[in-house]
Amino acid sequence: MIRIEFNRLRFVVIDDNAHMRRIVRTLLHGYGAREVYEAEDGATGLEAFTHHMPDIVITDWAMPIFDGLELTQMIRQPGANANPFVPIIMLTGHSEKKRVMAARDAGVTEFLAKPLSAKGLYQRILNVVANPRPFVKTKTYFGPDRRRNSNPNYVGPERRKGGKADMFKAQALIDKTQTLGDKARSPG
Amino acid sequence: MANQKEDRPATATYADHEIIRPVNKLSKAVSRVSVAMPGEDPVARAEEALAQLSSEFGKWMMDECERLDAARRQVKTEGFTKKNFDELFHSAHDIKGDAATFGYPLCAPAADSLCRVLEHSPDPSRIPVKLIDQHVDAIRAMVRENARPDAREIANVLTKRLRAVTDDFLSRENMHRPEVLAVIKAPPTAPDAA
Repeated sequence: MIRIEFNRLRFVVIDDNAHMRRIVRTLLHGYGAREVYEAEDGATGLEAFTHHMPDIVITDWAMPIFDGLELTQMIRQPGANANPFVPIIMLTGHSEKKRVMAARDAGVTEFLAKPLSAKGLYQRILNVVANPRPFVKTKTYFGPDRRRNSNPNYVGPERRKGGKADMFKAQALIDKTQTLGDKARSPG
Repeated sequence: MANQKEDRPATATYADHEIIRPVNKLSKAVSRVSVAMPGEDPVARAEEALAQLSSEFGKWMMDECERLDAARRQVKTEGFTKKNFDELFHSAHDIKGDAATFGYPLCAPAADSLCRVLEHSPDPSRIPVKLIDQHVDAIRAMVRENARPDAREIANVLTKRLRAVTDDFLSRENMHRPEVLAVIKAPPTAPDAA
C-alpha cells in the first residue's frame, strides 16, 4: 500500500470562512501534516503561496478580493512565480457542470465538491502526490493535462495537432513504487 | 547548477501545444509499505480529529445563521447593493457547503435554493423580499429544530416548496434566456465528497 508522509508536505489553505479553514487544518493535521498555512482571501492566498512555497494549495472558490479561480489563473502563469506547476485542489460548494469545467480550464488539478469528508480530501491529495499528470501549454491554456485517460475508441476530431502521440502515458508513482518494491523483493 | 538542470521539466513540443513533465518534487513524500501498522490509517485519524472538534459545530452553525440573517437585514434596509448582494450569496453558499459537515445536512438544499435565486436572477431588484425571507427563515428553522424526530420530513416539505417557488420565479425571469434556463434545470454533476 502507498503511504504518504504528510510531515514532508507543506500546505497553504485559502478560504474566507474561518470555520472551514479550521476543519481543513484539523483534517490535514489528522493525516499527519505539520506545515499548514492559512489565508483568508485570494490576495493573501497568493502572498502565502509566494512566501511559503507550498507543495499543495487547497483553495475555496468564492472569496473576496479575488476568488479561487482567479488565484489559480495567477499561479498558472509560466515564469511568473517559482512554481506554476503546484497542485491546486479546489474545495467548493459549487458543483454545477459549468463550474467544474471552468475550474478545470483555469488549471485546477483536483476538484472537491462540499460537503467535505476526510476520505474525499485524502483521495484528492493521494491523487496529486502519487499520480501527477503532465502539464499542457497551448495559446489559451496552461495547466494539468485535462485528458485523464486515453480512449482507444474515440472517433471524434483530434483537437491537438502534432503528429506524434499527443498524450504521455505517464507512469504513476503508485506503479513506480510497485515496480521498485517488486525488484527489491525479487531474489538476486 | 546541477540541481537547476535536474529541476528543469522535460518538454515535448508539438504543432500547437507543448507537453511538459515537471519534476515530481512530491515523490519525496511517497513510500510503499507492505503492511499497515495499527493506527496508521490517516483517514481514520483525521475523522477522529474531526470528531473531537465536533462539539463546536453547533455554535459554528448558529454563527453562520446569524451571518445570513444579518445579510438579509442589510438587503431589506438598503435594497440590493453589490456589497450586500455578495454577502448574502456568500453566507448562503457557505451554509450550502458546510452544513452537512457541521451536522446540519437538512438545511443545505434550502441554502442551495437561495444561491440559485441570487445567481440566476438577471435583475436582483426584482427578487421579491418575501422569497428571500422564506429561504432565510426556513434555513434558520431547520437549524433550530434539527434535533426534532420529524425534522427530516418537515425539511423535505419545506425544501420542495422553496424549490418549486424558486424554479417558477427563475423560469419567468429568464424566459428570454434559454441558455440560463438550461443551466437552471441542469442537475449538479460533480461527484460527492465521499
